[in-house]
Amino acid sequence: MLLIHCPYCEEDRSELEFRWAGEAHIARPENIAAISDEEFAEFFFLRNNEKGLTYERWRHIHGCGRFFNAARDTVSDSFLMTYKAGLPKQPVPVAERFAAIAEETSVETWEQTEGDAR
Amino acid sequence: MSGSSNTTGAFRIKGAGRHTPARTARFTFDGKSYTALEGDTVASALLAHGVHLLGRSFKYHRPRGILTAGPEEPNALLDVSRGAARRQPNVRATVQEVFDGAKIASQNRWPSLSFDIGALNDVVSPFFAAGFYYKTFMWPREAWHKIYEPIIRRAAGLGVAPTEDDPDHYASRYVHCDVLIAGAGVAGLTAALSAAATGQKVILVDEQPEVGGALHYDASTMIDGQNGYDWAQAAAAKLKAMPNVTVLTRTTVFGYYNHGFLGLVERVTDHVARPGRDAPRERLWQVRTKRTILATGSIERHMVFANNDRPGIMLASAARSFLNHHGVAVGKNVGVYTAHDSAYEAAFDLKRAGVSIAAIVDSRDKPGEAVLAEARKLGIDVLTGHAVVDTAGRLRVSSMTVARNGNFDRRKIKVDALIVSAGWTPSVHLFSQSRGKLKFDEAKQRFVPDIYAQNSVSIGACNGTDDLPELIDEAITAGGGSVVVSGENRFDWTGGMIGAAEGAGPETAVKAFVDFQHDVTAKDIRLAVREGMHSIEHIKRFTTNGMASDQGKLSNMHGLAIAAEMLGRPIPQVGLTTFRAPYTPVTYGTLVAHSRGDLFDPARKTPMHDLEAAAGAEFEDVGNWKRAWYFPNRGETMHEAVNRECKTVRDIGGVFDASTLGKIEVVGPDAAAFLNLLYTNAWDTLKPGKSRYGIMTREDGFIYDDGVVGRLAEDRFHVTTTTGGAPRVLHHMEDYLQTEFPHLKVWLTSTTEQWAVIAVQGPKAREIIQPFVEGLDISGEAFPHMSVAECTVMGVPARLFRMSFTGELGFEVNVPADYGADVWKAIWERAESMGACLYGTETMHVLRAEKGYIIVGQDTDGTVTPDDAGYGWAVSKKKTDFVGIRGLKRPDLVREGRKQLVGLLTKDPKEVLEEGGQIVADPNQPKPMTMLGHVTSSYWSENLGRSIAIALVAGGRARMGETLYVPMADRTIAVEVTDMVFVDKEGGRIHG
Repeated sequence: MLLIHCPYCEEDRSELEFRWAGEAHIARPENIAAISDEEFAEFFFLRNNEKGLTYERWRHIHGCGRFFNAARDTVSDSFLMTYKAGLPKQPVPVAERFAAIAEETSVETWEQTEGDAR
Repeated sequence: MSGSSNTTGAFRIKGAGRHTPARTARFTFDGKSYTALEGDTVASALLAHGVHLLGRSFKYHRPRGILTAGPEEPNALLDVSRGAARRQPNVRATVQEVFDGAKIASQNRWPSLSFDIGALNDVVSPFFAAGFYYKTFMWPREAWHKIYEPIIRRAAGLGVAPTEDDPDHYASRYVHCDVLIAGAGVAGLTAALSAAATGQKVILVDEQPEVGGALHYDASTMIDGQNGYDWAQAAAAKLKAMPNVTVLTRTTVFGYYNHGFLGLVERVTDHVARPGRDAPRERLWQVRTKRTILATGSIERHMVFANNDRPGIMLASAARSFLNHHGVAVGKNVGVYTAHDSAYEAAFDLKRAGVSIAAIVDSRDKPGEAVLAEARKLGIDVLTGHAVVDTAGRLRVSSMTVARNGNFDRRKIKVDALIVSAGWTPSVHLFSQSRGKLKFDEAKQRFVPDIYAQNSVSIGACNGTDDLPELIDEAITAGGGSVVVSGENRFDWTGGMIGAAEGAGPETAVKAFVDFQHDVTAKDIRLAVREGMHSIEHIKRFTTNGMASDQGKLSNMHGLAIAAEMLGRPIPQVGLTTFRAPYTPVTYGTLVAHSRGDLFDPARKTPMHDLEAAAGAEFEDVGNWKRAWYFPNRGETMHEAVNRECKTVRDIGGVFDASTLGKIEVVGPDAAAFLNLLYTNAWDTLKPGKSRYGIMTREDGFIYDDGVVGRLAEDRFHVTTTTGGAPRVLHHMEDYLQTEFPHLKVWLTSTTEQWAVIAVQGPKAREIIQPFVEGLDISGEAFPHMSVAECTVMGVPARLFRMSFTGELGFEVNVPADYGADVWKAIWERAESMGACLYGTETMHVLRAEKGYIIVGQDTDGTVTPDDAGYGWAVSKKKTDFVGIRGLKRPDLVREGRKQLVGLLTKDPKEVLEEGGQIVADPNQPKPMTMLGHVTSSYWSENLGRSIAIALVAGGRARMGETLYVPMADRTIAVEVTDMVFVDKEGGRIHG
């Protein structure tokens, strides 16, 4: 179970109190009614689903109720930082290592286990 | 050894072991009574009486005994009970402590343990090789479920689960600490002393009843100048006395999860003869620790050789444990087969206790010099460069057949026990669970921790640290404090092997067991490779090696080595299967703890629940809510009750509990602007005192929720949502308010449970509530349909809505929840006297379907737009923005021929369609048919005297009057497409 720092409560709290809310820093276009199908698809459907450093939104739903942003390593599941909603994407000091993680193949994947001999 | 018969067993050695001779406990095994010493495990107690045969194997029903002295035991699984409901199958005899009155039974044998019919499987075992079931029981397909599977399951089984409810209770506890230490052997205790000295909050955990780990069997290690085991107990006593330390014994760290979260199970009363009524059987500890020290030790491996599974063959360290800790000799004439020095020490201890050692057979040419010299000194025969190539003995080993490596000359040596060691496997399970990466130590043929994924450190044997002073240094450093501990081993150990031993190689057809619990032999693993399994994950699944409840603690490394040899690839390239939690089996009771029975899932009840129950309501679950479903009169079926309720509401009136509807108070100067953005409708045009039906879409344009929204003031809206949708609608609103429209001055509050809602519907609705309403003119002129106002009802502050989900004249009386029951009682009393009825959700569903009102989630499924549902009018054409405005313009959402909600009338009015029934245009077309849509709602309408249905049909609104078909398994039903309003098409009644 993850341990998550709420930037509003300024406390580390258990994952039980939170709800994941998708990728962060995807702003709803101001002129949404006028955008093209491609732009709408980009905004609404397409997500990066990156291995390694990911920016995502969480909500402290059973706490203060606030939405906030988090930088998380999807390989180790560790939270690198959390910060308040509305702030721009924050640089993560250890971002360099994520290029390496993305290359690394030692992570257990379906391809490597079940999928290997198919 | 003592030859005299002793009540606690003829194999007790006087002066050996750590139990108090006077403290005995009696138990039965397969009906026969035995006396044990307190502190004995079931295994040690039975061994003391010379009982080695404890069970039959899983597949071949081969006689099996005790292989280990710890939690890694794959063989000796027993049924332990203290009464029918308190019966636990598959208990490891090496873990379960004996308690007075225990009833213990062997498993998987019939008619008896010594004569088991199932053992025929062993004779015909060539047919039962790995993959046999997959390949054989393929045909006929039907026979698998009915014939093959039940027979195989009965024959290949372990224990039998009790059928009674579990009468015990289980506890659960959360705790935080600075350092959690898993394992209280030399390394764990030293690290705990070191960490405790820094003042940090420390939890030290060990699965055994006492601390000490390997010191249980290792009697030659000295620490701080005293016997290692005694030092360990003193260290534990010191730690227990410190306020910042918790020492948990009989507690297993079974799972190492994310962010320093670990699961522990404490066995509280399983060893107690008469547990206190208040004591839980087991306690789940959920620990969040800043740092974890893994001191989980290592597990000895068996040797893989022909017929290595007879009762009486066991690990050398186990024999040492039984002797040094329990005071029990595993035999009178013991053979040793080893590839590692540690087994020599077992032989030394046994020899000194008076047990004769038939011979030490060592597969190596060069054992450690120190142990070899000691063996000579004690007069023990050592055969280096030899192998045990076979054993004999039906229910217990009686001899070992020995040959020089590479030589065909064999000789039999009589033994009554054979102790074995292929070396030690570091227990990296928890490290691996924490997502750490292992590396292969080529020299010592083992995997050790390499890259850590969490804030943890491995110390001691589980880290591959063998040397005792080095181990102690490692532990002190890990603890972070400054303490002084000094220790010395009598012998440094060398050696170790993985894979099949001499005489069990690929050229042979012998049964050399790798996985005892699943009856997997070296031959099975080779067969898997030959049949094309090249990934260790496939080999594991094909053979089931390591997939039993012991998770291959003994077998994984052997299996890997045999596979690697067959594949001709180095071991690290073949790779290890992943270790998963739990480390050892955990009872469901522990994981469930208090969450069972009434506490399994909370029930939400409305303020009127008890009154409804008293009125005879049947309830249905809607989410966590208990909703009154229908109110049968005496002797009425559900169908009869619903028909009566439906008619009464339209003829006279009905009272309905609508409290479960979600309610959100939207307040603030920008409340109307906010609702404009969240709903498809326009809200700025809604006057205070009026309400409107609203539809909420997601950005993709599909219906997300609906409900009536009342405007109480310029800056205050009372929003209702579907019963099931309330939490996600609020979440959805908060999301937009906080992150997309934070400039809007709006406050959202869930008021679902603050208001009790009494819906009064029907021609006499006004007459029913009239006397109770104060300060408000509710006449048709002053308070028309879709009005809302604050007033008092029976003196209670209320919000009164004029609205209807039945198509009749209707009101919804909202009063504070605490007054709900009283107001309900008064309204119902008057309604009843006027001939009205109580009605439940089933009648509500029928009445709304008669009017073509949709239920989001029943008539819509997340792919339905407002226009598809026939609610295009609810989408504002004037607004420049709302959530869904762009999604609704997507090409697929505006194309011709989309599925649309329409009404269906069966040609036979008595025929009620099945919800979910598929709809086709031509029932005679070849299969697969082109399906036009499906039935979403279908009821018998007593008011119309016929059936009605709502369906999603491709291009539905252009098909009015068309005949379509609903093919069923046994017949085809013809239907006519109609509009969705079946009753009062003009809508006059609602304005009554």
